Amino acid sequence: MKEFFLSLQDYFSYDFVWYALIVGVLVALCAALFGVILVLKRFSFIGDGLSHVAFGALAIAAVMNLTNQMLLVLPVTVLAAVLLLKTGQHTKLKGDAAIAVLSVGALALGYLVMDLFSASANVAGDVCGSLFGSFSILTLSRADLWVCVILSVLVIALFTLFYHRIFAVTFDEDFARAVGVRASVYNLFLAIITAVIIVLAMKLVGSLLISALIVFPALSAMRVCRSFKRVVICSAILATACSAFGILLSLVVSTPVGPTVVAVELATFLIFSLTGKLLRR
Amino acid sequence: MSQMICREVSLGYDGATVASHVSFTVEKGDYLCIVGENGSGKSTLMKTLLRLRQPLEGEIVLGDGIRQSDIGYLPQQSETQKDFPASVMEVVLSGCVGRSDFGFFAKRKNRITAHDNMARLGICSLASRSYSELSGGQQQRTLLARALCATEKILLLDEPVAGLDPHATEELYETIARLNRESGVTILMITHDLGAVMRYANRVLHMSATPTFYSSVEEYRTSMAFPLREGGVS
Repeated sequence: MKEFFLSLQDYFSYDFVWYALIVGVLVALCAALFGVILVLKRFSFIGDGLSHVAFGALAIAAVMNLTNQMLLVLPVTVLAAVLLLKTGQHTKLKGDAAIAVLSVGALALGYLVMDLFSASANVAGDVCGSLFGSFSILTLSRADLWVCVILSVLVIALFTLFYHRIFAVTFDEDFARAVGVRASVYNLFLAIITAVIIVLAMKLVGSLLISALIVFPALSAMRVCRSFKRVVICSAILATACSAFGILLSLVVSTPVGPTVVAVELATFLIFSLTGKLLRR
Repeated sequence: MSQMICREVSLGYDGATVASHVSFTVEKGDYLCIVGENGSGKSTLMKTLLRLRQPLEGEIVLGDGIRQSDIGYLPQQSETQKDFPASVMEVVLSGCVGRSDFGFFAKRKNRITAHDNMARLGICSLASRSYSELSGGQQQRTLLARALCATEKILLLDEPVAGLDPHATEELYETIARLNRESGVTILMITHDLGAVMRYANRVLHMSATPTFYSSVEEYRTSMAFPLREGGVS
């Protein structure tokens, strides 16, 4: 235990560790806040589908040798999010089927593109890195840090500013529309922010594991909390704690960052489920 | 002047018409029941009155100083609400969300409005309870309090007693009748319960007939549209 803290002290003297912690915590926090809405709206899988789309876009951006891959990945993911939330309402291809089609399609095309056109010597390594999170979280530049901080602060500010309306639309969309809230605008806003969070979170945990950041904190909080406000606060705290602990743990025991964070979130979820069961008895 | 006039309205969605030639007039303080078989367009009518859908034909005119935001709504419960983590206070407060005022004072005013309406419906003691753990009757009262936070003028109720036990049904009907009688809230209610229609309503809109049959309760009782001796009229 003593060694654990000693090596942590060493790590804290490096800038890259601080960058990783700040970005990791902020991204997890945003994902958890909007995760509460997505889980309650029965949209959990949208995060998963979108992350696969982001992977496909990332593959194309990598092959095209774009210097700033965000410029391609972000618009494509936002577009997919808008389409998915729109089709969720009333179309022939039902919501979950549309997500399945889009997500496996993007995943397959992404890998194909990488395999066929990539100049890299280690395609399998690249693919594995973007699926499960690479060490890119540990190689963030100062610019990456600022982009992430600004976007996260914006996302959190929007959430707090529109908190009451978000609650009303999530709890009962028809009622909210009837009393004059423009719910379609909120849904669009939800789609865009979800896409932004996913693109940000790809650096942290990789595209296959992003859903974990979105669903676990909300689900854990819902095991023990009985009001919306408490669920939101609890999942924000959980997300912050789990991602900070996960990142530090992965550094000390030299495991991949993404899966470690997700494993910590999973453990928390199990503990909270158990606590919830005991409390309700 | 009438609060709401519906002239020769056709209802439907995705190009399919579910009801046509719907005409009726609502006066202040009316208690209008909307009856008809499943699929006759009752819920679609309600959504059209709320402007969640557009009428295919015809027009809906509001009068007597009524604006669209003066029409409150008690929807049927959705699947997602059954395990939604929300306290009764949070749900009732969300009725105030259409009011466009922000800031500290608005927040305080909204809390007072929410509290007053909970007191009116006798659910103050439930304020911090979880909505999903309440009984069906308590949940409907919560949603009714939320609707009252949005408006006091017109309430649209979509099968408010569906799934309630007889005692809770009776209590909810009495509460709605009291709001109508004492506070002058205009009520438009979808129901399958003809007994309640006879007991509480003063007007009936029968959706199964084309053109729809709109009359006072007395006329409805003696008319063809009323299925004789069905539904246990007391």
